[in-house]
Amino acid sequence: MNVEDLRHADSEYYQALRELLWQLADDDLIVAYRASEWLGLAPHVEEDVAFSSIAQDEMGHAAMYFELLEQMGEGNRDDLSHLRSVAARRNAVLLEEPNGQGSYLREPHFDWAFTVVRHYFYDVWESLRLRHMIESSYLPLVEVAQKAIREEVYHLAHQELWLRKMAEFNDDTRVRLNDALNHAAALSQDLVYVEPWQDIWMRTGILPEADALPELWRQQVGRFLDSLGVSLPSLGMRANGRLGEHSPYLSELLATLSEVYRTEPGAAW
Amino acid sequence: MMPVPLDQEHVLAVLAAVKDPEIPTISVVDLGMVERVEVSESAPRLTVELIPTFLGCPALEVIRGRALHALVEAFELDQSDCLVKFGLSRPWSSDRVSAAGRERLRAWGMAPPPMATVAQFVEGSIAVACPLCQSLDTEVQNLFGSAACRALYYCRSCRNPFEVMKPI
Repeated sequence: MNVEDLRHADSEYYQALRELLWQLADDDLIVAYRASEWLGLAPHVEEDVAFSSIAQDEMGHAAMYFELLEQMGEGNRDDLSHLRSVAARRNAVLLEEPNGQGSYLREPHFDWAFTVVRHYFYDVWESLRLRHMIESSYLPLVEVAQKAIREEVYHLAHQELWLRKMAEFNDDTRVRLNDALNHAAALSQDLVYVEPWQDIWMRTGILPEADALPELWRQQVGRFLDSLGVSLPSLGMRANGRLGEHSPYLSELLATLSEVYRTEPGAAW
Repeated sequence: MMPVPLDQEHVLAVLAAVKDPEIPTISVVDLGMVERVEVSESAPRLTVELIPTFLGCPALEVIRGRALHALVEAFELDQSDCLVKFGLSRPWSSDRVSAAGRERLRAWGMAPPPMATVAQFVEGSIAVACPLCQSLDTEVQNLFGSAACRALYYCRSCRNPFEVMKPI
C-alpha cells in the first residue's frame, strides 16, 4: 500500500499505521535528543564524535517518520515534532530518562554507563522492529526501514563495544554496568510493549509478526549480556509511554527541545 | 545561443558538476546519488530523484538546492518546471560510488569505501589502504568520523590520520 492508497484504506489500517509511526518517530526524536546532550561531555574526544554522529543518525530517522506522518495529512512535520502535547507522545519512558544529575548546561554529572545501556536496549529494539518493517504492507515504511537498518549496524556495534569494555575493565566499571542495567531495566517494560496493537499490526501486515518482537528482544539482549558475564534484570515500568503516560522529565525535555521553535512557529530557520 | 537539449545525458552532465559540499572533488553522480531522471512534456518538465547517503546527513538539503539551481540555469527552466527530490525507492549503498568517484576520493585524501560488508568493516577484519602512501599497515581509530559517512583511520607507515568513506 502506498500513501495515495491510504485515502481508500479503512480506518483500522490508517489508525494502526499512525500509531506505529508515532512510536517510531517519538522514540528516535527523544533518544536523539538525550544523546545530543552529551555533545562536548562524552568520556573522550573520539567518543564525542561517535556519539554525536549516532545522535544525528537517530534524528534523521525521526525526521523521516515525521515526514511520513506529514504525507498522511497529520500536519507539518516540524509542528508534529515540536508542538504536540506530552499526552500525545508515544516514546518509551526509558528514552526520556535524564542522562544523569545536573543538566548539559550546568553541573552535568552524567552517567555514561546508563547512557550506553539505554542506547543499547533501544538499538536492539529498533533493529528488530526495522527488520520486521522491511516486510510491511505499507511501502513507504519498507523504504525507510531498508535504509535505516544499514545505519543501525554501526550503532549496535558501538554500544556492544562499550558494554564489553565496561564488563571486562575493572570492578568499578562492572559495578557501574550492573547499576546501569538495573536502572534501565526498571524502565524498559513499555519499550517492548506491543500487546494492544500486535493483532491489528499483524492483520494489516503493517508490522508482520509483531507479537514475536518482545521475546526476540529479551533473547538477543540476554544472550549478549550472558556473554559478558552479566544478566538482564527483570523489566519494570514507571509509566507506559506507549499509552501517552510519561515521567515529568519529558515535559522538561520538550520545553528545552522546542524553546526556539515556539518563539516563532513556522519561521524558516 | 541554443539552449542545451533537455535529455538524460545532458542532465547527468550538469549534475556531474554538482559537488558534495564537504568533499569538493566528488559529484552527486560520482557518489551514485542520482537514482532517476525523467523528462516530460507536461510540468514539471524535469524530475530528478536523488537518494540520501545517510538519512541524518545535514548536507542533503544543500545538495538538493545546488542541483536544482544548476539544472534551472543550464536548461533555462522555470523553478516550477524542475523538481529535485530525495526518494528512498532504493537504499543508497557505498557500492554505488563510481570508479571515477573512488579515484577522486583518494586524490582528495579520503580512502574510498572498502568493498566489504558492514559487519566485516565493523569487526576490523578489512585492510584499508592509506590514501596518502598506499600502505596497508593502517588501523581504525573511530568508526564514526567528522560526518555520518566517514570513519577515522591511522596509517602506521606514514603516520598520518585519514578518513574512510564507510561501507553501508
